[in-house]
Amino acid sequence: MSDLRDLYQELILDHGKNPRNYKKLDSASHHAQGYNPLCGDQCEIFVKVSPEQKLEELCFQGKGCAISTSSASLLTQALKGKTIAEARALFERFHELITGTEAADAEGLGKLAVFSGVRDYPNRAKCATLAWHTLIAALDRKQDPVSTE
Amino acid sequence: MAATKKAKKTEDSKPNAAPSVRAFDVEAIRNDFPILHQDIHGKPLVYLDNAATTQKPNAVIDAISRYYEHDNANVHRGVHELSTRATKAFEGARARIAKYIGAKEDAEIIFTRGTTEAINLVAFGLRAQLQPGDEILVTHMEHHSNIVPWQMAAQATGAKLVVAPIDDNGELAMDEFERLLTKRTKIVCVVHQSNSLGTINPVAEIVQKAHAVGALVLVDGAQALSHTKVDVRALDVDFYAMSAHKVYGPTGIGALYGKRALLEKLSPWQGGGDMILSVTFEKTVYNKLPYLFEAGTPDISGAVGFAAALDYVEQIGIDAIAAHEQDLLNYGTGKLSALPSLRLIGTARNKASILAFVHESVHAHDIGTILDREGVAIRTGHHCTQPVMARFSVPATARASLAMYNTRADIDRLVAALAKVDEVFGS
Repeated sequence: MSDLRDLYQELILDHGKNPRNYKKLDSASHHAQGYNPLCGDQCEIFVKVSPEQKLEELCFQGKGCAISTSSASLLTQALKGKTIAEARALFERFHELITGTEAADAEGLGKLAVFSGVRDYPNRAKCATLAWHTLIAALDRKQDPVSTE
Repeated sequence: MAATKKAKKTEDSKPNAAPSVRAFDVEAIRNDFPILHQDIHGKPLVYLDNAATTQKPNAVIDAISRYYEHDNANVHRGVHELSTRATKAFEGARARIAKYIGAKEDAEIIFTRGTTEAINLVAFGLRAQLQPGDEILVTHMEHHSNIVPWQMAAQATGAKLVVAPIDDNGELAMDEFERLLTKRTKIVCVVHQSNSLGTINPVAEIVQKAHAVGALVLVDGAQALSHTKVDVRALDVDFYAMSAHKVYGPTGIGALYGKRALLEKLSPWQGGGDMILSVTFEKTVYNKLPYLFEAGTPDISGAVGFAAALDYVEQIGIDAIAAHEQDLLNYGTGKLSALPSLRLIGTARNKASILAFVHESVHAHDIGTILDREGVAIRTGHHCTQPVMARFSVPATARASLAMYNTRADIDRLVAALAKVDEVFGS
């Protein structure tokens, strides 16, 4: 039970149940669809990028488990106001946090550190990164839906 | 064999037990499957992912080991003793499968990598017989492996893929099926038992109706083979696709049954050794059935394991297995129906071995992780049947699937683990 709580922390359950910024963003400048073919989870990310290359607004829609939904929800909060370069750097750190072999430094990740428990559930790493892969595809202006595979 | 021996022992110690040595003894059967006796995350394993793959009894594991320890060589070529033995083992396995499903002759069994490859073989081999205006009729409950090969064939030939709908219980809508079945239908592709719903389709009736309009019938038998008696001649199916690993055999081997006259009309699909009689750069003469469709060195030990698995199933008795699994299905259906947070997906009147469900607020993927920590292995996701998920408007389901070695205690462990889901999610 205790190890399950490491994965399903309150913040994750909360954002899984009540995702923030869960809507379509009509003013989005960037947009992409992500897909996890293993479980059928879907994620659509909408981003409004300012002329200064800052992520002014982020929204998402989709269907998924608590991990993928909360990850998308927390992503939209964590990246608001960040530059594209900062967002990419944060994804690298986030990826390291959940897949790294050694305990990664969670400092600077803020609320995203709540996903550190995913490290012990390697078959859930794709759930946690689906939104991030989708975001990067949006920023790269990829036309085809991105897949976790 | 051990199961029968053990069963006898148990009866000796219980004077009131039924006298038959073939009495279904699930504990004895469990002892034949070494993998079942282990802890997962500190709890005894409950394996309920049998629709994905079944576990293997010692009889299968030993048959494969024995083949490699004593008889291994390549087949159909050598003059030496080992090659003779390997060929005998391989062809013996073919004969075993032919007999098990009631084929008219051994040459009607083509070894493949599994059900998927068997279907692809037919879908490719039929292309020369398909043209624009022709229709391929599939059902809404097909596995992707009985959809995509036909889409590819349709794309290549101009034939049209037509889909027969299913109802809210996950049963094939027979009136709609009959309406869609016309003289344009060249082949009907239907699953014998659905992997995501458990529905058993009325194959004999479907075949009769399809033949009446001149259509062929291919049946995906991946799930059905381990749960129900399959007699291809009684069903009068034209093609029947199978996988060993779903019926307690090894992965990587399966078979296609086809009526000789129909197999002979299929185009060869893979060229190479074994499928030829003679080769020059000007002209190649193809081999006869079944070798025509078996290019390259086959999975010989897999075939041996496949045959050993069918021996094992026959020794336990498919009817006894089906009765045991039906009891578990009824028991599980009752238990899961009593949980207010769950909804069963797939409630056909005639179904077997599948307990698929969704939770009102927890995604199947999260259920799978929590159950795994309780030692209970189930499958979560779309089960390679995305159209079925779309039909029931769910992104995914959690699926417990039964095999002969499961018990009511396994179902109880499943239910107890589901209580943990509500505990973790506070729902």
